Amino acid sequence: MNKKKQKALIKPGTVGRLMSYLKNFKIQIVFVLVFIIISSVAGVVPSIFWKVLIDDYIIPIVSNKTPAFSGLAPVLMGMALIYAAGVITTLFYNRMMVVIAQGTLKKIRDEMFEKMQRLPIKYFDTHTHGDIMSHYTNDTDALRQMIAMVVPQVVSFFITIATIFISMLALSLWLTIFVAVCVVIMTAIVMIVSKRSSKYFIGQQISLGDVTGFAEEMVNGQKVVKVFCHENKALEGFDKKNDVLNYNATTANKMMQNIMPIMGNLSYILYVAIAIAGGAMALSGITNYSFSGKGVLTLGIIASFLVLARKIVMPIGMVAQQMNAIVMALAGASRIFELIDEEPENYDGSVSLCRVEEVDGSLKESEKHTGKWAWKEVLEDGTFRLTALKGNVILENVDFEYEEGKPVLKDVSLHADAGEKVAFVGATGAGKTTITNLINRFYDIADGKIRYDGININKIKKADLRHSMGIVLQDVNLFTGTVMENIRYGRLSATDEECIEAAKLANADSFIRMLPHGYDTVLEGDGSGLSQGQRQLISIARAAVADPPVMILDEATSSIDTRTEALVQAGMDSIMKGRTVFVIAHRLSTVRNSDVIMVLDHGKIIERGTHDRLIEKKGVYYQLYTGAFELE
Amino acid sequence: MEVVKTLAKSIRQYKKATVLTMVFVLLEALFEVIIPTLMAYLVDYGIDLGDMDYIIKMGIVILISAMLGLLWGVLSGVNASVASCGLAANLRHDMYENIQRFSFKSIDKFSTASIVTRLTTDTTNVQNAYIMIVRTALRCPLVILFSLIAAFNLHREMSLIFLISIPILGFILVYIANKCHPVFEKVFRLYDKLNRVVQENVRGMRVVKSFVREDHEVEKFEGISKVVYEDFSKAEKIVAYNVPALQAVSYVCMLLIAWIGANAVIASGNNEKLGLTTGALLSLVAYCTQILMSLLRFSQVYVMIIIARSSAGRIAEILNEKSELHNPENPEYSVADGSIEYKNVNFGYSETATKLVLDNINLKIESGSTVGIIGATGSSKSSLVQLIPRLYDVSEGEVLVGGKNVKDYDIESLRNQVAVVLQKNELFSGSIKENLRWGDENATDEEIKEACKLACADEFIETFPDKYDTYIEQGGTNVSGGQKQRLCIARALLKKPKILILDDSTSAVDTKTDASIRRAFAEKIPDTTKIIIAQRISSVQDADMIVIMNEGKIAAVGKHEDLLANNLIYKEVFESQRKGGEDNE
Repeated sequence: MNKKKQKALIKPGTVGRLMSYLKNFKIQIVFVLVFIIISSVAGVVPSIFWKVLIDDYIIPIVSNKTPAFSGLAPVLMGMALIYAAGVITTLFYNRMMVVIAQGTLKKIRDEMFEKMQRLPIKYFDTHTHGDIMSHYTNDTDALRQMIAMVVPQVVSFFITIATIFISMLALSLWLTIFVAVCVVIMTAIVMIVSKRSSKYFIGQQISLGDVTGFAEEMVNGQKVVKVFCHENKALEGFDKKNDVLNYNATTANKMMQNIMPIMGNLSYILYVAIAIAGGAMALSGITNYSFSGKGVLTLGIIASFLVLARKIVMPIGMVAQQMNAIVMALAGASRIFELIDEEPENYDGSVSLCRVEEVDGSLKESEKHTGKWAWKEVLEDGTFRLTALKGNVILENVDFEYEEGKPVLKDVSLHADAGEKVAFVGATGAGKTTITNLINRFYDIADGKIRYDGININKIKKADLRHSMGIVLQDVNLFTGTVMENIRYGRLSATDEECIEAAKLANADSFIRMLPHGYDTVLEGDGSGLSQGQRQLISIARAAVADPPVMILDEATSSIDTRTEALVQAGMDSIMKGRTVFVIAHRLSTVRNSDVIMVLDHGKIIERGTHDRLIEKKGVYYQLYTGAFELE
Repeated sequence: MEVVKTLAKSIRQYKKATVLTMVFVLLEALFEVIIPTLMAYLVDYGIDLGDMDYIIKMGIVILISAMLGLLWGVLSGVNASVASCGLAANLRHDMYENIQRFSFKSIDKFSTASIVTRLTTDTTNVQNAYIMIVRTALRCPLVILFSLIAAFNLHREMSLIFLISIPILGFILVYIANKCHPVFEKVFRLYDKLNRVVQENVRGMRVVKSFVREDHEVEKFEGISKVVYEDFSKAEKIVAYNVPALQAVSYVCMLLIAWIGANAVIASGNNEKLGLTTGALLSLVAYCTQILMSLLRFSQVYVMIIIARSSAGRIAEILNEKSELHNPENPEYSVADGSIEYKNVNFGYSETATKLVLDNINLKIESGSTVGIIGATGSSKSSLVQLIPRLYDVSEGEVLVGGKNVKDYDIESLRNQVAVVLQKNELFSGSIKENLRWGDENATDEEIKEACKLACADEFIETFPDKYDTYIEQGGTNVSGGQKQRLCIARALLKKPKILILDDSTSAVDTKTDASIRRAFAEKIPDTTKIIIAQRISSVQDADMIVIMNEGKIAAVGKHEDLLANNLIYKEVFESQRKGGEDNE
């Protein structure tokens, strides 16, 4: 699936939305802004200081021949104060910025994760995991860099530039205009360079994606590569993509690396230009206009101007270097907001699950752990109706499609009585897993009805609906943590004994005890040290500890050998006695002892009945069983 | 240091660009220092004296210098980019090349995700650090040195100010960098943890949702997210002292220069011959800024190197991973026949594990025979067969193929004769034909079709609109499990091996097709030794020999009928698969 969508798009409103996260830091931001202004001014004003120092003190003293230093000390003191203010404000705004940046990031990150938890399964089925992950890694990283570094730089850039221009105006109007023109030209040059480089930066991202995709696929199949002695071929393919990446990266970097030297040396050129222009003006005796009025262009003015001119160039270069970072960060922010804006699952419902006790033959809501549950339905007149939780599941004329125009289930009806074991058999894509996806509302049906103990499942609160059924999937997902913690995931309140009991039922106890630290062995990387079969056993234990009234086993024992499977089944049957179980299996031995077996084909139930009845019938199931038919 | 040595080996053809970068950086730094001196002359003799000719003359000199400076800057930038991106490309190549040499043991050690991270993020970190090192790390000390010399020439006493302030600032900056380093390291580890939580969630979302654990997961995430926030803030707050420290020191220097300088200029009467001039004073200010800015950048590079250090370490891990499987000195290139013998074989995946995966295995397999292997989950069936093509090496004992120890063969020759269809098999994105040609690059279309017929794959391939040119998606997601398994078998058959190993490779294939594949094997490749690991008794019951594995040991060897009569495990497995067929519940 190498269809990497290159979404380098920045949606309109992204900046505004980022800003809205800063609302919580109003006071800090006001302080930061004030501090940045003070600090930027303190960084620029001293340039004028040199003019004052030279024009008003040194030159007069030198020409007076009677040295009088008395005036110098107060000026230096004044400067020292301004400098001190600069240092202190810089320190404070830097530290405050950290809190703002990290706080904002934390808020965005937490919000993103929380939203993600509420997204429907459909989102995860239609987006690659790599894409979702990159919101947390690449996109957030880009954003972190921007908020923490770029924002203060840009703010101080504008303030610095403004201060410098004001200072320049205070010195000389003509020279200021001259500098302004030069700066515009320089900015244009830098913009052109950074714009051209951004094309290559995008190219670099694309080819990096290519290398990643290739490496992911090939490394994942590395054992196959070895078995077929395909190493050189693989390396050849890798090198091809690697070379393209190298070319794009080098080109992009060349341009970025050039910005600073260009700016640095342009500043020298600007320096010379000012010296020549200033010199010419001073010599020709043109009247100098400035805030302080008319006058002559003095040596001090030109000297100060020269210092200011150098100051103005560096920030432009720095901001130019950050342009790509800003663009990338905003694109990242757009993608993050896209995730946050996804429509979440609707968890509402008028029916909830509650504990009950039986008093005089009727149900009563109870706080006690009676082991009995009921559906509590709020009626229109505000009263409640309690319906005992039994595990009856009825599908009536259910239609469903994942994609429009491609129906997966067509007019499916079935009836699972409380305590029955219902099995689904059929080819890949026949719709077996889809049915289970619908019962616990991972997906919502297009047409028809699903009733749980007589209640339409759309009315039941999703959390309660899912609490009432356990699912064991073929692809086991374990979490980093001990084996015990993984089993306890099924019911957080379960004691160690209950977890071990569940593991025994699932026939997992014996191998868990052989792990280095038994139940305290830490599983990492999705339980990578365990075999697929062992992981399935843990996953069954996890569902068993939840002790749900309804259980769905979707190819739950596919990697377990038939002998162990028989033991697991015996264990499961004992706890699931009187409860409803849905079993999906490819292996017919797994489903044989079910109360009813449904044979699905292209979204329709084509046969149903017990194993014996179906064998007698000599239909599709019989053909499957005797191997006359292929099941995939 | 070891890490640096390992990585430096990958510079290779980019040594020239690296050296050139340094040379141009040197020139650039030199010009960066010369120009302010020239500027001082411009002010002193041009503006100060009102000599327009001099201004223009000196202006031209400065312009030329600036152009040259620009040239050196651009050249150093270009070379630095070539060197750093080239190093990154070499590192990726070297890592990937070494991964190709990985033994199965090493493949097990590194997860795909961690390898990909090393190939991308970590390499990019090193690339960025390298560009900084070759440009800034050298340039900063040079600028400082040149500036000091220039300042010394301008005014001896005042350059003392720099001599004192540089070590002070340097000390402060290094102190700050060292202080935040451990915090940053911790933050990056936390980041990994945070990402892991997200990754596990994204993958296991069905589990999270079906157990209604959304809030639990949010809590878990926010707990780590909070620590990341706190530690990151802590580290960044320490870093926040960098600029103010620089400012404080440089401002003090400025004030000192102003005070001492003013006095000196006055003393000299602004006459160069007598001492300091106003122009020289401004130049000193410029040097001061340059020196201190260089120090700041130097400290930033230092922080960056610290960050890149862990990335470099992770890259070196891959580069230094040595395969324990070595080709023998005088390897045997031809495999005589498909006979196999295990002699007192012990095997464990790690030397420290107390429990052996395979314990004292002795087994003899005739060339051309069919062997079935049956056993419970975790009974080491796969481990047993993976020793044959030397995917792993035995811990003790020996495995013979064609009468010779597998360690005496050239590995590639051995593996070309021993085809394994792995349990966790993979197809790669590309057409069916391309995938099948992995078995034999030069296979003709007829040979491919023939192999597919053997593996019963031809029948379904022909139903695809594009037939043998059908595009297989990554991971083979657009074919069913059974189809994938048959394609993998066909791919292995194209190698025309002397030994064919099927590790649970027909589990998703229906019994009828399974049977016809086995029949085809018996008829079409009678001379090939066939080893079949299976869970279904029906897959192995016709084998010449059935091996029953139990907890790493051979529990029994025999034919179907013997085992059914004499072996309890075999009988139980048989019953479990037959149950319900005859006895009704």
